[in-house]
Amino acid sequence: MRDVAVIGVGLTKFGELWDKSFRQLISEAGAKAIFDSGIEGKDIDAMYVGSMSSGRFVGQEHVGALVADTSGFSFMHIPATRVEGACASGGLAVREGYFSIASGINDIVVVGGIEKMNDVGGSSATETLATAADQEWEAFFGATFPGLYALIATRHMHEYGTTKEQLAQVAVKNHKNGALNPYAQYQKEITIEQAMNATTVAYPLGLMDCSPVTDGAASVVLCAAEKAREYCQKPIKIIGSGQGSDTLALHSRRDVCTLDATVHAANMAYKQANITPKDIDLAEVHDCFTIAEICAIEDLGFVNKGEGGKAIENKITTLDGTLPVNTSGGLKSKGHPVGATGVAQIVEIVTQLRGEADRRQVKDARIGMTHNVGGSGATCVVHIMEEA
Amino acid sequence: MEDIGIVSYGSYIPKFRIKTEDIASVWGKDGATIARGLGIQEKSVPSIDQDTATISVEAARAALKRCTIDPQDIGAIYIGSESHPYAVKPTGTIVGEAIGATPNLMVADYEFACKAGTAGVQSCTAMVKADLIKFGLAIGADTSQAAPGDALEFSASAGGAAFIIGRDQVIADINHTSSFTTDTPDFWRRAERKYPSHGGRFTGAPAYFKHITNCAQQIMEAAGTKPQDYSFAIFHQPNGKFPVKVAKMLGFTYDQIKQGLIVPFIGNTYSGASLVGLASVLDVAKPGDRIFLTSYGSGAGSDGFDITVTEEILNLKRDKAPSVMYMVNDKEYIDYGKYAKHTDLLYWE
Amino acid sequence: MNSNVARFWRQIPQRYNLIGNQCGSCNKIFFPPRELCPYCRRKSMENMHPYQLSGKGEVITYTIIHVGPEDFEEQVPYPIAIIKMDEGPQITGQIVDCDYHEVEIGMKVESTFRRIQEDGYTGAIYYGYKFKKCNGD
Repeated sequence: MRDVAVIGVGLTKFGELWDKSFRQLISEAGAKAIFDSGIEGKDIDAMYVGSMSSGRFVGQEHVGALVADTSGFSFMHIPATRVEGACASGGLAVREGYFSIASGINDIVVVGGIEKMNDVGGSSATETLATAADQEWEAFFGATFPGLYALIATRHMHEYGTTKEQLAQVAVKNHKNGALNPYAQYQKEITIEQAMNATTVAYPLGLMDCSPVTDGAASVVLCAAEKAREYCQKPIKIIGSGQGSDTLALHSRRDVCTLDATVHAANMAYKQANITPKDIDLAEVHDCFTIAEICAIEDLGFVNKGEGGKAIENKITTLDGTLPVNTSGGLKSKGHPVGATGVAQIVEIVTQLRGEADRRQVKDARIGMTHNVGGSGATCVVHIMEEA
Repeated sequence: MEDIGIVSYGSYIPKFRIKTEDIASVWGKDGATIARGLGIQEKSVPSIDQDTATISVEAARAALKRCTIDPQDIGAIYIGSESHPYAVKPTGTIVGEAIGATPNLMVADYEFACKAGTAGVQSCTAMVKADLIKFGLAIGADTSQAAPGDALEFSASAGGAAFIIGRDQVIADINHTSSFTTDTPDFWRRAERKYPSHGGRFTGAPAYFKHITNCAQQIMEAAGTKPQDYSFAIFHQPNGKFPVKVAKMLGFTYDQIKQGLIVPFIGNTYSGASLVGLASVLDVAKPGDRIFLTSYGSGAGSDGFDITVTEEILNLKRDKAPSVMYMVNDKEYIDYGKYAKHTDLLYWE
Repeated sequence: MNSNVARFWRQIPQRYNLIGNQCGSCNKIFFPPRELCPYCRRKSMENMHPYQLSGKGEVITYTIIHVGPEDFEEQVPYPIAIIKMDEGPQITGQIVDCDYHEVEIGMKVESTFRRIQEDGYTGAIYYGYKFKKCNGD
């Protein structure tokens, strides 16, 4: 098993991008990552693409081949694979790319994540997102995706006293960070009042507790660490990679308030990296809903179960806190083009560890973590990175 | 016919109600006068997720809860309704599956306006008598529709009742049953039309009254009985006035019909109407009580029954399911807007 | 379209009658039924037996859906809950027949037979379970 480093990153603006098609978005992100990496096209051994539901959003499956094609690599006949794990598709694609290099099969791969969600109507987008849930036993009976996270929130509030205000603080923090991110969908701060008084979507979650529908793509170039400096001055090493699964339906979980898949994935990554949660300087976590961020910082081991709400309230996870979470603006403010998110999280951490995060730079950022979840927690991928 | 009759019964009335006055005010009419004239104060309204199938299942399950028979021993299911969820695909199969009576089961759906349920009782009685089945399940249920602004809007409501018919553990013997039927176009609904049409005052004397009185006289002649012999009488109840009038015409008193007269509180549940009335009577009946029932269905016909309650009714666990009066009083009022939403008056695309 | 009928038809025993199954090896009860017991695995092969739930349970968490999927738009706002059934399995279902403000964790409920959704005006109607407050008996 050899070490793997990230040598290039790129992403498109996230938002409602009427002018950009699926193909244009992924080509743009890929091209940026390749230019950033210092490699040339001929150096690429394989491509991996994370996309949750290209079929339902743009009627197109078989996007591994499509992405290789639009990127101009079909004449090289490079292996191109699409990876799917609902909202964790991007993180899973990174992990597949990572394995292919760590195992010695490939030296350099490009991993992309893409979702083009706005071409279908709003309710179609919602229904497609709900395919991440259990179709037969959750969605069939009228549970929506926000509804599932709301079920987690109600129980979390009941068991641990988490408040609606603490949920709102997550949204406020992430918007504050997003305002500093030129790629974010929403670059505007919001107030606690706006967050608390927003229209109810699924009690207790309101509009400001939910990540938006977004178009966007992100891409990274992975390289065997031993070769990384041939191309890149500041390679960022992946020192830990973990993955976990859990029951598809929320009602089948051991504990509604804990994403055991996250705990499992995180432990795997910490073990491989030989570190503990205390060593993490910053994290990009999967805040598809505000409650998800609260559970994430608990399940990743940063605080004890039930203390996530307090942590937000005590401003531990702000940009200048002891553990900045979602400096990019998170899914809430940066946007959540489903398949792209997992890859975009890697882009943010790499940018931070390289010291290139401009106005949202975390001081002395040395070790960063990404946390990408599928559905209501049935899949989780965690990566830990450090300057090489 | 001895010892063939009702083995158990159940009923279901949805909990929403809309007042006659609230409907009237939407159409600029005098609600108090209409309520008085019709003898209907309010009517039941189904939830958006309820229909004839769900009501039938509730009533059938209630009947099963009260007795000890094995649903697999039910050999036939006949559900009568004017609002079967499908025009083609029987409600009986859905209910059969939901109560665990499939697959050794004879099923077909019935239609005969408001007497489709009692027709089902007659068929089950005959099949038990012929030893073709051990138990039969007859249900009358409806989520009846009325055109907005039409007079029927004040009475068309939702509800149903289920009766298990057999030879074993009979709680009420069906001594006699027969029908009086003619081709009388008093009220109808053409295929593929949403709302029924009717002949106004023609629905009275030549229709409702003619068929009920003839059928009732027929039954009493065959049974050798007089109105005074009965503890209870139930007549089809399209409004609160007709059944009171026909009872008087036949020589029955208001006291005899009171227990079975539910229409003032829940409206006309069409195929459920006389059967829900019968269920209400069975809720309080004692061994030895004699019950007279004559239903009416437009088109037109009446089914009559002469019934005697047996000692076995004391073994029936009547309290295992809610009584009709309990359900009548377990209610929540809604306004016309909600009513329109629930009864699909609004067109969705 | 009318292409979901087979998928729905297969689940009728579960949706109409809450028929799960029980592991013949460890006696754990599952709903919906599983091919294998996740705890006993190969010991449970050919050893899973149908088991009908009573329909009674307790709400362990809930939400009120205000923005619903297209098929449920007419019903908003409606409560969805995770219910711990008396026999052990947990189920997701809609709570009906009560004001949504009444729904709370710990509320005792029992199943009831309702229309769940339909394939438009011309497609099949899908029936199944919802839950209402238990009268307690």
